[in-house]
Amino acid sequence: MKKTVTVGLGSCGIAAGAEKVFKKIQALKEADGLDIAIQKTSCVGMCYNEPLVEIQDDTGYFMYGHVDEKSIVAIMEEHIRNGNPVRDQVVLSDLFETGDASFMEGQVKIALRNCGYMDPESLEEAEKREAYQAIGKILENKVSREEVVEEVIRSGLRGRGGGGFPAGLKWRFALRNKADQKYVICNADEGDPGAFMDRSLVEGDPHTVLEGMIIAGYATGATQGIIYCRAEYPLAIKRLNIAIQQARKNGYLGKDILGHKGTDFDIFVKEGAGAFVCGEETALMASVEGKRGMPRKRPPFPAESGLWEKPTNINNVETFANIPWIILKGAEKFAAYGTEKSKGTKVFALAGKINHGGLVEVPMGITINDIIFKLGGGIQKGKEFKAVQLGGPSGGCIPAYLAHTSIDYDSVNATGAIMGSGGLVVMDETTCMVDMARFFLDFTQKESCGKCTFCRIGTKRMLEILHRITIGEGEKGDIEKLEELAYQIKDNSLCGLGQTAPNPVLTTIKYFRDEYEAHIVEKKCPALSCKELLTYEVIPDKCTGCRVCAIKCPVNAIDGEKKKVHVIRQDDCIRCGDCYNRCRFEAISVR
Amino acid sequence: MRVERKLVKNQESQTVDTELDLGLLDDLLKKHTGKPGNMIPLLQGVQNIYGYLPRAALLKVSREAGLHLNDMHGVATFYSQFRLHPVGKHIIKVCHGTACHVQNAGGITDALQEALGVKDGETTEDMMFTLESVACLGCCSLAPVLMIGDETFGKLDGDAAVKVIKDIRIREQQQNN
Ligand SMILES: Cc1cc2nc3c(=O)[nH]c(=O)nc-3n(C[C@H](O)[C@H](O)[C@H](O)COP(=O)(O)O)c2cc1C
Ligand code: FES
Repeated sequence: MKKTVTVGLGSCGIAAGAEKVFKKIQALKEADGLDIAIQKTSCVGMCYNEPLVEIQDDTGYFMYGHVDEKSIVAIMEEHIRNGNPVRDQVVLSDLFETGDASFMEGQVKIALRNCGYMDPESLEEAEKREAYQAIGKILENKVSREEVVEEVIRSGLRGRGGGGFPAGLKWRFALRNKADQKYVICNADEGDPGAFMDRSLVEGDPHTVLEGMIIAGYATGATQGIIYCRAEYPLAIKRLNIAIQQARKNGYLGKDILGHKGTDFDIFVKEGAGAFVCGEETALMASVEGKRGMPRKRPPFPAESGLWEKPTNINNVETFANIPWIILKGAEKFAAYGTEKSKGTKVFALAGKINHGGLVEVPMGITINDIIFKLGGGIQKGKEFKAVQLGGPSGGCIPAYLAHTSIDYDSVNATGAIMGSGGLVVMDETTCMVDMARFFLDFTQKESCGKCTFCRIGTKRMLEILHRITIGEGEKGDIEKLEELAYQIKDNSLCGLGQTAPNPVLTTIKYFRDEYEAHIVEKKCPALSCKELLTYEVIPDKCTGCRVCAIKCPVNAIDGEKKKVHVIRQDDCIRCGDCYNRCRFEAISVR
Repeated sequence: MRVERKLVKNQESQTVDTELDLGLLDDLLKKHTGKPGNMIPLLQGVQNIYGYLPRAALLKVSREAGLHLNDMHGVATFYSQFRLHPVGKHIIKVCHGTACHVQNAGGITDALQEALGVKDGETTEDMMFTLESVACLGCCSLAPVLMIGDETFGKLDGDAAVKVIKDIRIREQQQNN
């Protein structure tokens, strides 16, 4: 067999330098006349090892991690020419154990089944991996719309965009509402800052997302599909457009799909314009109509009156990506994974202070601990695990002592967080929970569309209080004020943005009240993160009087002669931490 | 993330407007006029041509596509993508998403503010760089991240970010010579 060299060219890989590696491999092949096949793929989820290069030969596969322009030369020389794999750079292989194998163990890939295993810009490769066979099966066997809907209901698939509403039920509503025109919308707005599941899916396997939409179009009787993708994802948009062109050309999109008379479905991509609230379904549709993306009251739900007041079925990218698999393998097989009320798998984007940051797909019901310590490889630099943020700005922080919580909709909701779309940001002892709450509120406050008073002004007032607390101007009663505002905003906001915006504050107060109190009463930040609350001091016993800190201090706040103990003038210190980082004798303390 | 943009000093967008080639809009108008929901694609198109939304161009689009100027202004100020004032040649988008925040994205913005002599949301006087904050570029596992054009840079710290800018400056100077 010809040796193949495959380079992972997802956004994450490219950002880590994969494109340069790819060019280098091409150059090496040409210069040395190597008999190899070079292929592109997208992200397999091991983002922390990017750039990734996989070499396949007769013996097996070898995934090399952290490859750069230099190391690839040696790898090509040793592995391709001399046939000796460079073992210490291999992160995954089917021939021998690697430390990184744990990242893949326990994963069940349904939505991500093709990501990283094929060239996302090649329809041929997608077809080899069963693309469009599900819609083919439906049309070939003349499965009725109702039967497709029933199959999806039986699978137990719930919406992966955050709400968790059963996908099949939503389809049934859209199917039953009669109209001359219906729409299917794919929500690829992925607004949660710290989540990248949908980006990876679309970049890695656009045809599966299209096929999911085509099936939804058939099942609900819609003829027009729209993918609403955020503008920050240029590569995803590019690959979607390529895939749409290919699908049209090959009869998967357009009139008479696969030659079946009377079927009709087409898709176009709509680029978002940068507003978090446009991830909310009614705001999204307003945005597609060219208006300001302001949510409206529901009911009527989109299935009744959606885009241009026509019945519209809207689902998340990952929801659609599960559909072809369910149709091909059967609802029962899907429902065999997961828990009683949360079926199947869920993709999580692991980020923050975790060793193995990347994308994992796990069966529902796995614990947070297993994700972080087994797949995720634990906490960076051996620090202590403190909390994990689930569900982004609408979600909440779950503390380490509750990390045995099972990942399913109900167990996560019981903690006060939400499952959300799958962003999982890990925090360690150096992350300040009050600052975290402030960060999320700053985000939601800026992103509030301004339509309803509680969300617009309430979040602003909460943010002001949190800001005061983090700069040491917190007052007694602040926590109670935050709680009161939080419940008012939750109860009185129009859309999900306002209704969930206080969650990060409420959960951090619930689980980390002592940190709030330390900020307010003692004016101290236990995580040593809030700059204004820190005190830098010289430890007299350790100071050698080398003057390094005094010379470098940007505001000349350090006094002291050579070989004598220095002193930091607290009134002038701006707490930049420069002295702390520079001192070679660990003679500066911070508290 | 909603960026709070400030007006660049010494820059009269009106004077820039007079030098605009409004003929560039014709193809765009032909493509979108009369179609429902064309407002955002039109504004995106205008911004692709000029880098921002010049008043003169908005007036022309309003007249020829039959859109109300006040609606256009409403939409343009709602979405963070649109700009009503000219920006630098290179827009530096520093990610302040959750993952980048916990990995000290603040330090990157601080370092860039100092190196460029502008605040977040402002443009350098030579119109070379605009510094912006965005929420999540989708490369969270490489946090902290910034993006310039289509290029993303990951695992940065303040010094590395400043070096990225320096490299661009050097490239620009070489091209001018
Ligand atoms: C403020 C806000 C932001 C949202 N952002 C997203 C998003 O980025 N992606 C998404 O799929 N759903 C998002 N949703 C959920 C959508 O409104 C909608 O429920 C979802 O797209 C339905 O798809 P699903 O049933 O497949 O989950 C958001 C909701 C709210 C309230
Ligand atoms: S949080 Fe910065 S790239 Fe996602």
